[in-house]
Parts: sequence; structure tokens; C-alpha cells
Amino acid sequence: MSKATTLDLHHIEAEATEKTTFGFWVYLMTDCVLFATLFATYAVLHHNTFGGPSGTELFKLPYVLVETFALLVSSFTMGLAMLALQRNAKDQVLFWLGLTFALGALFLGLEVSEFHNMISDGNSWRRSGFLSSYFTLVGTHGLHITIGLIWMAILGTFTWAKGLTHTVRKRLTLLSLFWHFLDVIWIFIFTIVYLYGSLGI
Amino acid sequence: MFASMLLGRLNWHVLPTNPITIGGGVGMIFALLLILAAITYFKKWKWLWREWLTTQDPKKIGVMYIVVAAVMLLRGLSDALMLRAQQATDSKLIDPSLFQQVFSAHGTIMIFFAAMGLMFGIINLVLPLQLGARDVAFPFLNATSFWLFFAGMVLVNMSLVIGDFSAAGWLAYPPLSELQYSPTSGVDYWIWALEISGVGSMLSGINFLVTIIKMRAPGMKMMKMPMFAWATFGSMLLVAFAFPILTVTLTLLALDRTLGMHFFTGGHGGNAMMYVNLIWAWGHPEVYILVLPAFGVFSEVVATFSRKRLFGYTTMVWALMCIVLLSFTVWLHHFFTMGAGSDVNAFFGIMTAIIAVPTGVKIFNWLFTMYRGRIHFASPMLWFLGFVVLFTIGGVAGVLMSVPAIDYQVHNSLFLVAHFHMMIVGGVLFGYFAGLTYWFPKIFGFRLHEGLGKIAFWCWTVGFVVAFTPLYILGLMGATRRLDHYDKSLGWQPLFIVAGIGLFIVILGILAQVLQVVISIWQRNERRDLTGDPWNGRTLEWSIPSPAPFYNFTKTPVVTERDQFWANKQAGKTRHEYEDIVLPKNSGLSVAIAFCAFLVGFGMIWYMWWLAILGVVGVIVSLIVRGMNDEPEYIITAKEVEKHANAAKRKLKEYAV
Repeated sequence: MSKATTLDLHHIEAEATEKTTFGFWVYLMTDCVLFATLFATYAVLHHNTFGGPSGTELFKLPYVLVETFALLVSSFTMGLAMLALQRNAKDQVLFWLGLTFALGALFLGLEVSEFHNMISDGNSWRRSGFLSSYFTLVGTHGLHITIGLIWMAILGTFTWAKGLTHTVRKRLTLLSLFWHFLDVIWIFIFTIVYLYGSLGI
Repeated sequence: MFASMLLGRLNWHVLPTNPITIGGGVGMIFALLLILAAITYFKKWKWLWREWLTTQDPKKIGVMYIVVAAVMLLRGLSDALMLRAQQATDSKLIDPSLFQQVFSAHGTIMIFFAAMGLMFGIINLVLPLQLGARDVAFPFLNATSFWLFFAGMVLVNMSLVIGDFSAAGWLAYPPLSELQYSPTSGVDYWIWALEISGVGSMLSGINFLVTIIKMRAPGMKMMKMPMFAWATFGSMLLVAFAFPILTVTLTLLALDRTLGMHFFTGGHGGNAMMYVNLIWAWGHPEVYILVLPAFGVFSEVVATFSRKRLFGYTTMVWALMCIVLLSFTVWLHHFFTMGAGSDVNAFFGIMTAIIAVPTGVKIFNWLFTMYRGRIHFASPMLWFLGFVVLFTIGGVAGVLMSVPAIDYQVHNSLFLVAHFHMMIVGGVLFGYFAGLTYWFPKIFGFRLHEGLGKIAFWCWTVGFVVAFTPLYILGLMGATRRLDHYDKSLGWQPLFIVAGIGLFIVILGILAQVLQVVISIWQRNERRDLTGDPWNGRTLEWSIPSPAPFYNFTKTPVVTERDQFWANKQAGKTRHEYEDIVLPKNSGLSVAIAFCAFLVGFGMIWYMWWLAILGVVGVIVSLIVRGMNDEPEYIITAKEVEKHANAAKRKLKEYAV
């Protein structure tokens, strides 16, 4: 936008940010419906073990608790990155973003290893309706985390290369919304899948 | 080993062997080659790429939606023609397995690629203009939505040449649609075509919601919006809440089929009825997604051609919002026979009867708008009048079926087929035909031929009644749907022949429409819309010249009234002001993303995993490239706008002479 103009570009940029942020909220709500549907299928199928193991036998709560803390702390560090963004401190933004990435990757690694153990014990998604819905619900969350990590890596590179430009700020805000949203979804998974599952409810 | 890794389950045997399919496939390829050759011969590739394929202008995207939808309407019609020809002649024209593919393709194509395409097309054409906006909220996303829709459409039609199509009906109920009973690629084509175009629809839903909430002209409060914008708002709310359910349902079926999961299988703890619940939790709102914008079109048409403001604006809005809410509480009426018990059936039966109330409110509001108006019987108004009659009859049949006890009698019969065709043809299709005739001059700058439009209307209406009244009767007598022949001893043959004649009359209507477009383009210079307001309209889109310039408004209008343009005309106000304008640059990345999504779909259908992975990587790379572009917009200054507007005016003056 190099042409001389009477337009108030700051105002236009502010409007664009507001519009995009709102649009992203609407997207998150559609994602909420997506997860709600997966929770519903899990609720319908979670007793259909077809002679295979149930949640009580499969889930190891201490392990999942470590996963949970990794993700919750990553949400906190993402919050700190956003505070650094407010202060225009690029290096701090990058530091907290890096820490968030590490914690997110730790969470994902733990989840993949949990899945791997189950599958090598012969309890894959082919085993029963319960395991199909378990792997799909938790796996979809994991897939979102993966997308979040890819996004974080790319946006981190942009931040490092371009600095805290208007566009970068806008996208960092969206990424943090996405990350916190996944945290909320995980709380539901932790409660409904793992806690209830261990209790055999 | 290597070949199976490279090609998955693709081999020579998937090419069609049936003469009808070969005919269809060869015809399609021939038409495609002809078009490509014509573009090359006239050296139009650059023009096509620059003006259309990479465009971010919602008016052009709308036109592309409508062109695709029109072609798909013809494809779906030829499917219908085969079904009716088979039943009317009771011949062995089509073998049973092909018959199943044809009715599955007919339903899928008509709903997802004809009706949805027309709907998104008209919304793209009209919504920003009505809101006094220059564009939608996210132009790049809008173009991407269209190209995803296009990719899905290509997949559906590709199944004609490579492999087969789903034979499990338009909603592919398991266990029939599971791998065990449908081992070929047909159901996978169905899944991935809808998955890809469905994601496009969901993104469009988000886009238009934000457009309506954030981009209205200054002063246009929600309760001052034109009714079409309100109807679109309701429809897009439903898209945002319903399409994620479709995405999940299709994914689960795909997981069953490709990864051996057990969501809907017979054994291993799967639950087939869960699929039916899920697909209708999307499917019933989908019906309203299609029809609400058509209601919006009728609200504009009836007010304009009665020369009165719309009766009961506020109740109209409330009725819309009630329908939005209630449409999520009726899905079980599609399968009362599941055996959920009398309490559950009673609840859904009552909710279904209740949802007819706000729809009734709308019908009466339209009728009262006509009352004491100066009615002009232009062709959009005729479509409206035909709609009132057909939609009300079809609606009453629907209320009849909301009684579970009656539904047990007519469930899965041709009575039901007659009912929903009456709603979707009489409601949705008539609405979009009215809208296309009404807004055509605004987009193309000249009017459609009125006489042929009226002939088309009469052929459609008469043909429709002749085609579907026999189906009501047959259904009541117990004719089950989706059968390729009925026993002679039943004595139903005459009624099927009548239904076939009805379809023939409808085809005459479609011929009239094709002729209408051709003749109107031929005579476009005599048919120019010189004023920009050919119908004496009421809303903002008529305040600018036709065809609408790419920047829409020279200066963003200010709104104080509900029918702002009508109020301006009454007060004798016209404005010639110009301002600097920001517009999105063209981008080829939407096409790239959709192409990669197509690769993902094709790879998944044929088990070519490397291709699917390549497609995913392609989407990510395209998004990164897009992200690196910091200046996706450009500015045209007030001076340039003025120059452009004056040039357009001079051109119009030449036409006047």
C-alpha cells in the first residue's frame, strides 16, 4: 500500500484485526461443535468393548497427569508470550513461544508413546467400538496440537525474521486463541475420557 | 509391489464397462476437450486466469458458482431422466446396480452441487451489495471455498470415468456403505467429494457470518438489514453449527472403511444407528440452510413487485430465528421407525409440527405484503406465486408425516419422495430461479427475456405437478422408493407413465431457460439496464449502475431507513461522491489449495497414500506462501474511481442512443 492516499491505514488495520479475530472465534465455535460430536460418539460407544479391554484397564492416570501438566503449563507460557507481545519485546516473545513449543512437543510425544504402547499390546482402534472412538477423539485433539505446533514453528520464524509487524501480531493473537482452546478441550478429554474411564463410569 | 504402492487399487479394470456409463463418460470428456480447445483457439487462457480463476471479487465468484451449479443441475436432471425412463417403460434399460448408483448420484449432485452452488452463488452476488459493503470479510477464504466446492464437484463426476459411484443412496447409510458390503471405490468418492466441498461450505458459512456482523454500511443496524441478508444470516448460522457434524460423520465412515475402525459396523461394538442420527443432525438443518436464503429472495421479490414494504418485518426475523433454533430439534423424524419408543417419537413429532408455525408466519407475511399492493406479474413474481402454492401443499404433506403413526405407513415410500421434491424444487429451486432473474441485470448489465422466463415458469410448475402428484398417490398405496421396477400385477404402470410425462414438461421448461439465456445474450444491447434500477427496487444494490462495478460503491452509503434506496428515491436524493478504496489483489493460491485438496481426496479414494500426503504438504506450503505475502491488497484512489465511473456512464449513454 505505497500510494499516497487519504485513507487512514491504521484504522483499516485495526478493523482488519478485529474482523479476523472475530472470524477466528467463529471458527473455534465450529471446531467446538466438531469436538462435541466426537464426544457424543465416545459417549455412545465407550461401553462397547466387545470383549476387549475397558478404560479402567487401559488408562494410567499418573502418566496422563504428566501429559496434562505439560499442556496446561504450555498454555501458561503462551499467555506469557502474549504479555511480552504487549510490551513489544520480540526476544521475550520468541523465548516464551519456544518454551510453549517444547512443552507442546513433550505432550505430543507422550501421547504418541501412549498410543504406541496400546497398539503394540494388541489394543488398536480395530479392537472395538470403544477403542475406535477413543483413538479418534483423543487423536483429533492430538492432530490439532500437531497443526498448532507447525503453525507455531512457522510463525516463530516469521517473528524472528520480520519482527513484530502488524500481521505477525495479529497471527500471534490467533495462535494463542487456538492454543488455549485446545487446552480447554483437553480438560474435557481428561475428565470425561480418563477420569471417568478409570472409574469405570 | 511398487505398482501397488504407486497406484494403490487403481488398475485398468476400474474403467467402465456398462454402455450407458461409457456413453456418459465419453460425452463428458468430449465436452471438456471441446471447451479446452475453444479456450486455446481463442487464446483466452490468460484472460481466464486473470479475470476469473484468480479473482477475489465476490460477484465473479458468484457467477462461477452459478455456472457450475447450472451444469450440475443438468447432470442431476439426466440422472432423473434415466430413473423415470426406466420406471415409466418398465424396461431393462438400466441394470439394478447402475440404477442404485444413478439415484445416489442424483440426490448427491442435486443437493451438494446444484442447490448449494446456486445458494452460495446468489449470496456472493447479492449480500455485499445489499449490506453496502465492497467485499466479503475474507476474500481469499471466499475464493478458496469456491475452489474446494469445485474440487468436490470434479471428484463426483470423475467417478463416472474412473471406478464407480456410491450405490448406497445420497446419505450412504451403514452397514450398506461399510467396506464389507460396498467394497469398491464408490462410497469413497462420495465421502471425499462431500468432505472437501463440505469444508468449503463451512468456511463460507464463517465468512458470511462475519461479513454480516462486521461489514454492514454505517447506520445499518441489524433490524434495518434487507430480509435477504437476514435469511442468509440464519442459513449461515446453521452452516456453522451443522457442517462440522457432517465433517465428523464422513470422517468416521472413512475411518471405518480405510483404517478398519468400528464406529458403524455390525460387529465389534459398532452402532449403525449412530450414523443415521449423526447424518440427520446435519441433514435436517441442511434443508433449512438451502431454503432460508430462498425465503430471503422471495421477501425481496414480493416487496419489490407489490410496490410495498415487506409486511411484518420483525415477525419475519423472529420466524427465521425460530426456524434456526427448531431445525436442530427435529432430526429424528427422518427415522421414526428406528424404534426409539413412543416418548422420543412423540417429542420429535410435536417439534416437527411446531416448526411449521414460523414457516406459516412467513407465508402469511408474504401474502399480506401483496394485499392492497400494486402487483406486477414479472417472472420473478410468478416464481414466487408458484412457490406459495407448491410449498404450502408440500409443507402440509410434511406436517401430515410429522405424526409418527402416519409416518410408519409412508416411511421410505414415494410419498416421502414427492414431499421433499416439492419442498426443494418448489421452495429452494424456484427461489433461486426468481433470484437469478431478479438480480441478473445487476450483475451482467442486461435483462433476461421475460416471455421465455414466463414460459419456463409455466412448464416447470405444470410439469412438476404432473410429475409428482402420481408419486403421492403411489406412495400412499405403498410404493417403496429406490426400486428399479414394480410388479406388473400392481397396476401402477399408468401412474409412472404420467410421472414421466411430467418430467418431460419440466425439461421443456429447462429448454426455455437455456434459450432465454442464449437469446438474452444475443440481444444484450437492446436489453441494457440503463438506470441500474430495472425493477423499481428498494434496497442498496439498485442504487448503483448495472453491471455493478468491481468496487461496488463509489462511496460507502450511509443508512437510516430499512428500504434505504426506496427512501432515497422518494426524497429525490442521488449522490456522486468518490473515495479511496482498498481491494484484494488476485491470487492463484486458492486454486492451488483446492487442487491439493483434490489430490488428497483422489489419493484416499484409490489408496495412493503418497499422493494424499503430497496433497497435505501442498496445502501447507500454499498457506505458508500466502502467509508470506504482506500486501494482499491494493488501493484505487478517488480520482481513479471517478474516472472509471464516468467511463461506465459514457458507455451506458452510447447504448441509449
